[in-house]
Amino acid sequence: MNDALGGVQTVLVLGGSSELGLATLRHVDLRPGSKVLLAGRSEDRMLQVAREAGLVERTSVTVTAVAWDVRRVDTHGALLDAAVAELGEIDLVLATAGVLGVQERAEQDLAHAADILETNFVGLATALLPVAQRLREQGHGVIVVFSSVAALRGRETNFIYGSSKAGLDVFAEGLAASLAGSGARVITVRPGFVRGRMTAGRKQAPMSTVPDSVGQRVAAALRSGADVIHVPRPLGPVFLLVRTLPARLTRGRLR
Amino acid sequence: MKVPTRDRGDRYPPGSDSDGARLLTGWGRTAPSGALVVAPRGVDAGQECVAAVVRAQASARSEGRDRGMLARGLGRAYGDAAQVSGGAAVDMTALAGLGAVDPETRTVTAEAGVSLDRLLRYILPRGFFVPVTPGTRFVTAGGALASDVHGKNHHVDGSFSNHVAAFDLITGSGELRRVRRDDADSDGEDARVFAATAGGMGLTGIITRLTMTMLPVETSVMRVDTERTRDLDDCMDRMADRDDAYRYSVAWVDCLARGASMGRAVLTRGDHASLQELAPRARREPLRLPSGPRVAVPSFLPGGLLRPLTVRAFNEAWFRRAPLRRTSLESIPAFFYPLDGIRGWNRLYGPRGLVQYQFVVPLGAEETLRAIVRRISSSGCPSFLAVLKRFGPGNGYPLSFPDSGWTLAVDIPAALDGLGALLDGLDELVAAARGRVYLAKDGRLRPDLVRAMYPRLDEWRRVRDMLDPLGVFVSDLGRRLGLV
Repeated sequence: MNDALGGVQTVLVLGGSSELGLATLRHVDLRPGSKVLLAGRSEDRMLQVAREAGLVERTSVTVTAVAWDVRRVDTHGALLDAAVAELGEIDLVLATAGVLGVQERAEQDLAHAADILETNFVGLATALLPVAQRLREQGHGVIVVFSSVAALRGRETNFIYGSSKAGLDVFAEGLAASLAGSGARVITVRPGFVRGRMTAGRKQAPMSTVPDSVGQRVAAALRSGADVIHVPRPLGPVFLLVRTLPARLTRGRLR
Repeated sequence: MKVPTRDRGDRYPPGSDSDGARLLTGWGRTAPSGALVVAPRGVDAGQECVAAVVRAQASARSEGRDRGMLARGLGRAYGDAAQVSGGAAVDMTALAGLGAVDPETRTVTAEAGVSLDRLLRYILPRGFFVPVTPGTRFVTAGGALASDVHGKNHHVDGSFSNHVAAFDLITGSGELRRVRRDDADSDGEDARVFAATAGGMGLTGIITRLTMTMLPVETSVMRVDTERTRDLDDCMDRMADRDDAYRYSVAWVDCLARGASMGRAVLTRGDHASLQELAPRARREPLRLPSGPRVAVPSFLPGGLLRPLTVRAFNEAWFRRAPLRRTSLESIPAFFYPLDGIRGWNRLYGPRGLVQYQFVVPLGAEETLRAIVRRISSSGCPSFLAVLKRFGPGNGYPLSFPDSGWTLAVDIPAALDGLGALLDGLDELVAAARGRVYLAKDGRLRPDLVRAMYPRLDEWRRVRDMLDPLGVFVSDLGRRLGLV
């Protein structure tokens, strides 16, 4: 159950080897006896990353991994059943599955473009539908949707990734509205450039952040009840401004 | 994939109202969860509700959708004790009938949804007072029994259930069962059901009616001795020395005071005044109860109003205002229910709400109490006056909270940074001293320490499983702490 101070007892991670997901698990108050179910493409990989993150060593937390491909829409129902069987109540869902892809390649290689869109938007959004229904029925629980500031303005350097996140972002906004009053809720996280595994070797953008900061802010939002968070914080007002400016003024100026 | 929708068709038998799914919280306004609120208009309808849930339970379980039900009174438990996320919250407040007062046996029978406020207005003019009352009179009689509440007279009179002779309980099969405290014919089964239900947090069934013994009083006035104490030890010494001379005793502790005055307190002790003690004019209407709440807190307030600085100033002023020593006459609301005069005072804590931490540690564990007050005061958490009381012996019921020792209750804004870690640390100190945290106040206890605090949990569970084999009665508290 979700407790009075943002503590949780069960977590389902959709995208179980995600750096942001594991950073979040480091900061969230996992109450003694908690269970975490990691769902992702490779069980071995997820458990290895969880070990590296120090999650497996915590004696008061049980970590399990289950192989699942976010792009296989027909497996989402079975995953939810497995999660209910393993966790019982689902207190927290981290929807972190996602790929950054390579914009230049995706513009030529349509399969690559489709993979980005299917993973980040189609796959994750369809996975969240039965999960949200479950949370609505159980009357509590928090879904954290990992969006991006890339969702807020289409840019020449990453609009395929950006549009997949934009779809997810609007989906999360609507899902939050549809869950209002049910006891379940949605937190949308929009990080800027995150310095980590996913972005290794890429040129860093201004106002960048690290996975731990994202995790800290998500944990704080669980306590405070905030529904949309930008990491770092100033990106909120910055992108509010960016979105009000005509596209031609920001062209080539945003990374 | 087909997304199932819930068929709630047979949940609402004729004779009950439902306004559909609603967000429920406790008095602390933390961790809201959704439940269907059902208001049966009578005991029969209540039984039918339970029967409907029992019928639905078997098929729902195979789909993992058995979300259960729970009686809910006036929602004064601070945490999630009266929440049943995804299930049916049975609003008991419509079940509020009162039976005749029997002056011979000093008993009255009340339906479970009657508030102590209403009960008091009913019995006081007839010369009786409620046997035990918590710090608010806006709790239901059923909730008072299910939480086995205590009052300022615990050291003399014990807890609420000590004054309950019998109650009716709808069990997990939908059967209405009459439970008497002293029943020789039932092989002690009634006694076990009684003990599991008093303090059982509503998880043994729905209490519909109870018969309790009242306290005869001559007046509605309290004679109160007030004294200031230098620090915590001074306060404990005075309580240990002279509490037995009073029926009621409690101390308000300033948890923000540090150094030499750490734990300074204002000790108030009193008794019901006799007719002779009243001024001649007051004797004409000795049992009059002054009117209810006069001030209300606005429905929306921003968070962060309670900061260490403002609360410290308040506590300072409050402490200075108190006399070094004084005897005075006070009204029942002023003595027992000072906060009931401010309607919706919990909103002062802003949208993020508050947590009340209340624990008891045995006599002899004074060092633990000191250590806890020290931690709270050095954490700088803006806590208004905390309430300290010396309990008398407990009744030995498995989940009943009060037991010989010191109990302290502290209100803390839920938004305070680091509060989770602070309270987790206090849990450890309390458990190590063989103390316990009060479930009716809890919203965040460490689940791994419940068994140490309530060592007779398994014994309680056996009785619960007998009464409710399908697990129909559940609560968010019960789920969170693994009680059910």
